[in-house]
Formats: sequence, structure tokens, C-alpha cells
Amino acid sequence: MHRDKDRYLSIILISPSILAVLIFVYGFIAWSVRVSLSQWKGLNPDYTWAGLTNYINLFSDPRFLVDVRNTLIFTGVFVIGCILLGFILAVMLDQGLRGEGFFRSLFLFPMAISYIVTGVVWRWLMNPAEGDRLSGFNLLFSYLHLDFLINKWHTTETWGIAAIALAAIWQMSGYTMAIYLAGLRSIPDELREAARIDGASEFQIYRHIILPLLSPVTLSALIILGHMSLKVFDLIIAVAGKQLPLDVPAIYMWQTTFDGLFYGRGAAIGILLLVSVAILIIPYIRYTLRTEAQQ
Amino acid sequence: MNRLRLGKNWLYIPLIAMAIFYLIPMYVMLVTGFKSFAEVDLKTMWNLPQGIHFDNYVEAFSQLAPSLWNSFIMVIPAAIISSMLGSLNGYILAKWKFRGADFIFPFILFGMFIPYQSILIPLVIFINNTLRPIGLGGIPALILAHIIYGIPITTLTFRNYYASLPQELLEAAKIDGADMLGIYRHILLPISIPSFVVVLIWQFTSAWNDFLFAVVLTGNRSWPITVALNNMAGSQIISWNVQMAGSLLAALPTLLVYIFLGQYFLRGLLAGSLKG
Repeated sequence: MHRDKDRYLSIILISPSILAVLIFVYGFIAWSVRVSLSQWKGLNPDYTWAGLTNYINLFSDPRFLVDVRNTLIFTGVFVIGCILLGFILAVMLDQGLRGEGFFRSLFLFPMAISYIVTGVVWRWLMNPAEGDRLSGFNLLFSYLHLDFLINKWHTTETWGIAAIALAAIWQMSGYTMAIYLAGLRSIPDELREAARIDGASEFQIYRHIILPLLSPVTLSALIILGHMSLKVFDLIIAVAGKQLPLDVPAIYMWQTTFDGLFYGRGAAIGILLLVSVAILIIPYIRYTLRTEAQQ
Repeated sequence: MNRLRLGKNWLYIPLIAMAIFYLIPMYVMLVTGFKSFAEVDLKTMWNLPQGIHFDNYVEAFSQLAPSLWNSFIMVIPAAIISSMLGSLNGYILAKWKFRGADFIFPFILFGMFIPYQSILIPLVIFINNTLRPIGLGGIPALILAHIIYGIPITTLTFRNYYASLPQELLEAAKIDGADMLGIYRHILLPISIPSFVVVLIWQFTSAWNDFLFAVVLTGNRSWPITVALNNMAGSQIISWNVQMAGSLLAALPTLLVYIFLGQYFLRGLLAGSLKG
């Protein structure tokens, strides 16, 4: 009797949360899908069936094609930058140097700051003004006689979005370092010792032992960072506002829906974003829960 | 400790170089903030201030104070309520597995990764039709959004923690006649204070730093700090030095949390990549 009461109570207590997720995540996704299949534009809801028109139109929409290109460039620079920097920092910090904790905290602190703050500060650091109005990083380069590095940052044609990715790397590489460091710490010292006794050099140890053992960490990092770059939004807004050359799907969705009132199109972009995130994340959740169950 | 000893000190050179890279934006924010209006010039932005002045902070604060307040009254209930929900959910999912619990959990988890653009239109319609007419639009609506979309990560963190506790702990209490809520209140709750700190910090930081929900759910008078700061930066009237001071004010609460409770922050971070 007693057990049954507890069992029912636990179901009753968790139901509101499950219901909330069911409605606000899955119900709302279904609702968005329905909007994306409608002709709705303007202030008044209009659920007239439009089939896949909104989706098909997006793929011939020059703005959306720029968004896809920008997302690809951003993802490439951001993910590779974070992984390389994060890995190198983690390996350096794993050498048992004094002051390790200090450096670790320092590399991680940007994580605590909002993308908006980062964006507002980087907007001035990446000031593209030229000549005697030189400022920010460009001015610093000129002080250091590194004039060849002076560039137009986010106002560079086509590749401007890569400059935004630099600010994002500043913010997120510490996180990548932290997960690599956790991974390195879980590798038993005996493995390195054994390899050293066998005459392996430090480089060989990293190349043939540590790197392969860290591949699950790299995979997690790739997925987490990849899904972040699909969602990038506030950082771009804070650096550059809503400028077409730096547009991404998340900004297009926001602008076309709430400024342009193209609800059907906005919903379609939202759903396309969701699908691309789901392709990365669903296998990841399954994999993580399965390895957890095995342990 | 047996790692390569030979000339390891050279590593300090790249480490210090990287430390400088991470500190550059902080340096510019601080240095600019403490300059007097007369000193501020983009051409001398790397120079140290001549004396300490608070002009920029006073100006930034006078403009951002209402939205800083909005952020505090939004973030505190959002963090507390979502932590409590997460703790209860985590306890049930870890220790009172009902049929289908293992099936439901990944569905809850997926909620923490979705791009919110995919639920934004229904969310805005829902808020406009239910909460706004009864005067609960703006900040209360934002609190609700942070609580609901915070359920996945708070549930995950607590579930992983409670799952790591031995089942015997519960069995002993059951033999003593404790019921489900009694075990929670008297046994698990007291030992999960560190997890509460982790989750509270995480929710505080992510709600404080959020921009997307804030920008679609709040208006002029209910803007939290991120929206107000972004608007300040986007306006042509407010000079960059005040923006820098404003950025520091906006970053300060979460930075202080990080400085004083960094270890807990890191644990929340790792939980966010599903590794509890």
C-alpha cells in the first residue's frame, strides 16, 4: 500500500514538468510546423494551407542562401578554432605547471559573460575605420608594426562572418579546453608511463595514445560547438546589428517574423534550424545515454 | 608528477600570451570606463587612464539602472523555481523510476538543445493570448519561459547527481518508514546543496545572459539588461566609452558569481554537454 502511494505521488509530482515540456517544446514545434505550411503573413493568423511553398521559396531566396553560406563559414572557423585552441590549452595546462588553476580560470571566464557584452566590446575592437581613424585591434597592430594584419574585420566582403567567429572563439574556446582537460585527467598515468618506458617520445605519446583516447571528447565538442554555431544570433546582433552581409538563419527568422510579419516563412526557417540541430543532437543523446547505461 | 620535466617552463610564454589575448576585451572595458569624458578618444583607446574617473559608469548606470533591476527581479525567481523543479524531477527520474521513465528522459533532454526560433511564434502567440491580457506579459512571461525551457538542464544535472547516490541510502530510510517525500526532504535535499549551487548558478547565468526570449517577450519598460545594452550600443547618440562602462555593468553580476563560485560554474558547464 505504502509503496503504491509513493509511486502515484512521484508520478503526480513530475507530471507538471513533463506536461510543460510536452506542450512548450513538442506542442509548440508541431504548431510551428503548421504555421510553416500556411500562407500566414501579416498581423492576423491565416492558416490557409500552402504545402511546402515556404520551404521551397527559401531555397531560391538569395538572402537565405547567404545565410547558409554564412553559417557554413562561421561553423568552420568557430568549430576548428575552438577545438584547436581548446586542445592546445588543455595539453599545456595538463603538464603540471604551477599556476595551472589561475590560467584555467582565466581562459574560462568569457563563458560567464553574455554574447551581447562580448559583441558590444568586440564591435569596438574590430573597428574597421582606416587611416588616422585607426582604432581597436588595427591600431594595436600598427603599434606593433604588424601593419599587414590590419583588416576590415566583419565588414570584409563574403568572409566578414569569420571575424564574428573570432569573437565567438574568444568566448567558447575555454569551454572546449575544460572538456579536453577533463578528458586528459581521466587517462591513467600508467598508460603514458608504459609508452615512455617503451621509448616513445612525448609527441608520439600524444599522437598515438592520447589523441585516440580523446576522440569521444572531440566528438562531443564537435557536436556541442556545431549546434551552437547553427544557433548563433545575439553575438552578430551586438557586433553589427541586422546587416544583410552578416545575416544567419536565426536572425532572418526573427526579422522576417517580428519585423516583416512573414509568419509562414519565419516558421519554416525555425523548423529548418530545428532539423539541422536534431540531426546532430539526437544521435548524440542516444549515444550518451547508451554509454551511461553500460557503465 | 612524472611528466616530462625537461625545460617545461617555456610553456609559460604561450600561456601568458594566451592570457593576454583573453584579457584584452576586459582591459579595454576597464580602461575606457575609468577615463574622463575629456580623455576618451578612439585613437588612444589602448592608453591607461590619467587618474580614475567615474563619469562613464555614472552615465551608463543612470541609463541602465531600470533594466539591471528588471534583470535581477527576473533572474532570481527563474533560477530558484527552475532549480527546485529540476531537483524534484531529478529525484523522481533517478530514484522512483515509473514505467516509461527511461523513455521520457531523452525527450526532456532534447528540449535543452532546440533552437528557440522553432518555438518562438507559438510562444509569443501563447503569451499574448494568455498572460498579457491579465497583466502578466513582460517580465513574468520571461520568467515563465526561463523556467520551462530550463527544465531539461536542471532535471539532467540533478538526475545525474541523485543517480550517483547509493540505493541503500533510500532503502534504509524506507525500512524506517520514511515515505517518498520524507526521504527527499530529510535525506536527499540536505546533501544536494552543492548541486543546487551548480544549478542555481547555471540558471542565473543563462537567464541573465539571454537575449532572444528577452527581445521578443519584453517591451521598453521591462527590458532586461542584455536588450537595453544592445539598444544602447545600436544608438548613434551614446558614445562608445559609455557603452564600454555599460558592458562592464551588464557583465559584473555573472562575473562576480564566476570569480567567487568558479568551481560550481565549471561543473554546470560540463553538465551542459551531458557529462554530469
